[in-house]
Amino acid sequence: MIKGFFFILLFYFLGQLVSLLIHGFIPGSVIGMILLFLALFFKVINPENVRTTATVITKNMAVFFVPAAVGLMAYIEIVSRNFLAIIVGIAISTILTIVTVALVQERMEKRGKKGDTAHE
Amino acid sequence: MNELLEQLKPLFSGEVFLLTLVMGSFLLGVFLYKRTQITLLQPLLITMLIIIPFLKITGIEYQTFYQKTNILNFMLGPSVVALGYVLYEQIENVKGNVISILTSVFVGSVVGIVSVVLIAKAFGADRLLMASLAPKSVTTPIAISLAEKDGGAPALTAAFVVICGLFGGLVGPIILRRLGINSKIAKGLAMGSSSHALGTARAMEMGALEGAISGLAIGIMGIMTALLIPFAEWLF
Repeated sequence: MIKGFFFILLFYFLGQLVSLLIHGFIPGSVIGMILLFLALFFKVINPENVRTTATVITKNMAVFFVPAAVGLMAYIEIVSRNFLAIIVGIAISTILTIVTVALVQERMEKRGKKGDTAHE
Repeated sequence: MNELLEQLKPLFSGEVFLLTLVMGSFLLGVFLYKRTQITLLQPLLITMLIIIPFLKITGIEYQTFYQKTNILNFMLGPSVVALGYVLYEQIENVKGNVISILTSVFVGSVVGIVSVVLIAKAFGADRLLMASLAPKSVTTPIAISLAEKDGGAPALTAAFVVICGLFGGLVGPIILRRLGINSKIAKGLAMGSSSHALGTARAMEMGALEGAISGLAIGIMGIMTALLIPFAEWLF
């Protein structure tokens, strides 16, 4: 557990370092995630080192955003004033995302499979 | 009596009590969600419904609550980093489909950001609102840091991410059926990239592969969106 925490915090820190160097273009945590993935993929670190800690914290992630989510109480006024923009925007955009991702993936997969059989 | 209340007040606005209350509310949420299987009863939503009225009634400032529960907020960063491990775990499912997965999530990310920003703009939303809406399709810790960086309000974004996840989780399976999507990878990707963890929970119900791919989509969508958000500022 401590070992896992050490590696996760270490990669978080490295991510923050890179983020600083690129003027915060991407948040340090996201860069840390990519770096940890690469380190595991290229066998720089043993997955056993982070397995337990990573599994525990990602499985219980939702509780970590309570402090931020409760902050909504400070924005009730903005939300009620822009209620339609928020609801319509989120609904249409979510539907469009689902449709495009599913269609692009299905089409490309089919084409890929056709390509494979053509080679055989 | 009043004296006693005065003595108790610091106790009830202290770290120990507030964190206990958060954990307890969340556990109650998990219990209700598992019992009823109603998608709308997300533990986070239930926790908000308990904590917000509690703070209003007791008159504890949000700033105080935020400071006292900051340890939870801090954990958002490490939990994003830990997703790197989850991504690594699912790499087996992806072999041979890397290009199609990256392409479809990229297209979905562009469509998601552009559409929500333009619709909000058409309704007369201001910059704060647009910046808070733009990262709505990614998992909350990433969305919050993206919104913060871009002049949005993390609390608004957290709420939008939850709304987006609830909505996508509800309509996603219906849309995929209507479209006649057969590919398990396509189903999982669509759920995860549109509705992050809440979409993934629904994808898990479709099957293990759909669920794993959906989890993978959360990570890819997070990275893609992080890369795209700086360009979204041009739309504001």
